[in-house]
Amino acid sequence: MAEQNTHLSSLLQKNEQSLLTQWIEAQQRVIGTKISPQELKIQCMDFLRLMVEATHQDKSTSIDGPAWVTAKKMLAEVSKSRTNQGFSPSQTALFVFSLKRPLFDLLRKELVDRPNEFADAIWAITQILDQLGLYTAEMHQRSREEVINRQQADMLELSTPVVKLWDGILALPMIGTLDSNRTQIVMESLLQKIMETESEIAIIDITGVPTVDTLVAQHLIKTVTAARLMGTECIISGIRPQIAATIVHLGVELGNIATKSTLADAFKLALSRTGRSVSKTTTHSPATGMRK
Amino acid sequence: MERIPILKMGSFLLVTIQVDMHDQLAMNLQEDLTNRISATGARAVLIDISALDIVDSFIGRMLAGIAGMAKILDAKTVVVGMQPAVAITLVELGLSLDGIHTALNVDRGMALLRNSLELSDDEDLGAELANES
Amino acid sequence: MNHEELQIRTQSDIVLVRKAVRELTAKLGFGLTDQTKITTAASELARNTLEYGLGGHLEMETLKNDLGKSGIRLTFIDQGPGIADIALALTDGFTSGKGMGMGLSGSKRLMNEFTIDSEMGKGTRVSVTKWK
Repeated sequence: MAEQNTHLSSLLQKNEQSLLTQWIEAQQRVIGTKISPQELKIQCMDFLRLMVEATHQDKSTSIDGPAWVTAKKMLAEVSKSRTNQGFSPSQTALFVFSLKRPLFDLLRKELVDRPNEFADAIWAITQILDQLGLYTAEMHQRSREEVINRQQADMLELSTPVVKLWDGILALPMIGTLDSNRTQIVMESLLQKIMETESEIAIIDITGVPTVDTLVAQHLIKTVTAARLMGTECIISGIRPQIAATIVHLGVELGNIATKSTLADAFKLALSRTGRSVSKTTTHSPATGMRK
Repeated sequence: MERIPILKMGSFLLVTIQVDMHDQLAMNLQEDLTNRISATGARAVLIDISALDIVDSFIGRMLAGIAGMAKILDAKTVVVGMQPAVAITLVELGLSLDGIHTALNVDRGMALLRNSLELSDDEDLGAELANES
Repeated sequence: MNHEELQIRTQSDIVLVRKAVRELTAKLGFGLTDQTKITTAASELARNTLEYGLGGHLEMETLKNDLGKSGIRLTFIDQGPGIADIALALTDGFTSGKGMGMGLSGSKRLMNEFTIDSEMGKGTRVSVTKWK
């Protein structure tokens, strides 16, 4: 095995130019010019050199050793930039896998009269390239996950506004689905705002929640219960007919939580509970006024 | 033995819990409060827990116990000032403390008690009502 | 990684456990709600260790997973009588003592991972983990 890699290292070095040309061509056949030829060439040149170094230092067929650290780091970077450019996992892994064909061709030429050595060399290079390819795909997935996590966090921040409607009355217009992660963030921001504004009533408007299943209902009840523990009553508004039907169908017990079909109705209830009402002003004007 | 002080104000008993309570202290408080309610004929108990950074099931049970016993002795209990993080945790823990009245702070708690006991000296509420048209 | 051990022999040890867990979670950068959840779970489990396990100890570890996420693991160990029916002990409202029966089931809900091993006459080991 040891000889294989020494051989591989010098082989790579000796045939760098021809390998490069074929490798780049193989990639461009699939991904076209999504990456500028110069950029691709630099990436390929760099990686080939790192491979020469790594195979020179590490005689095994594993890429877990310290010799491969720099090469893997570069793969991670390539993978990340491919991800950001919208490449699929297989398109990203292509960077490594497309090197197989040119390398195999080269080995065949070099070892044409030594079939045993040829087979050994093919096996060694396959092992190394497969591991590198998988590593690239894994890195691609990891970058995707990072992007998703970041977007999720952004969305959570954006989608949980708590607004003050009146002295002592808050509204939380909920948009999107409620999972347990989001529920905690929604609860936190609602309860925090309750404490800051000393609001007695909070209206949770679920007009923007597409479906209410048992889990979502449970999350809603949790939020209402937590607010109640702090001393604030919640009203749930924006319950569309189909959602009302689902709630009944699922047998979800909303207990003694006040519910209203529209935010306006809920606001009216909140006002009356805090000893206020809405009425028309006596002087006739296009807009209706609101008085305490 | 270490005890949490209970203040008497008119027909109200006030307790502010400011230490990290160990279980015995919580049990003492429950006992002391019950004794004081029956000794003074207090109509209401206000417990301020705004300084507590956790309420576990033991303290929860103690609060529920106080409210329950006070009710038998014809006094109303209100727990005020629970921190948001504590409220979320209690709900997740599975305790909703049904039957305990809650309020955001001491002022609100007092108003709630006065209101429900129909006491005349509800000044803060009175001031607000005076502005109503 | 970081490893710390605390004895649970008296009621004031429960208070010390709460304090130590709160400090560690704050140091790890958990949000206030998660700090409170973890501390509350620790309080429940420490009380179980004291009451049902007749005393024991807590091992606190800080963790880091492959993705660089940090976490905390709390393991409560006692040499008490053990739990005869773990499934029953995990039921909401079940209690053989003076709690509300929320200790085990509640702490399970407050944390991300929960494992329990118990052998009659040998003791109980409850391990809970929360990731950031």
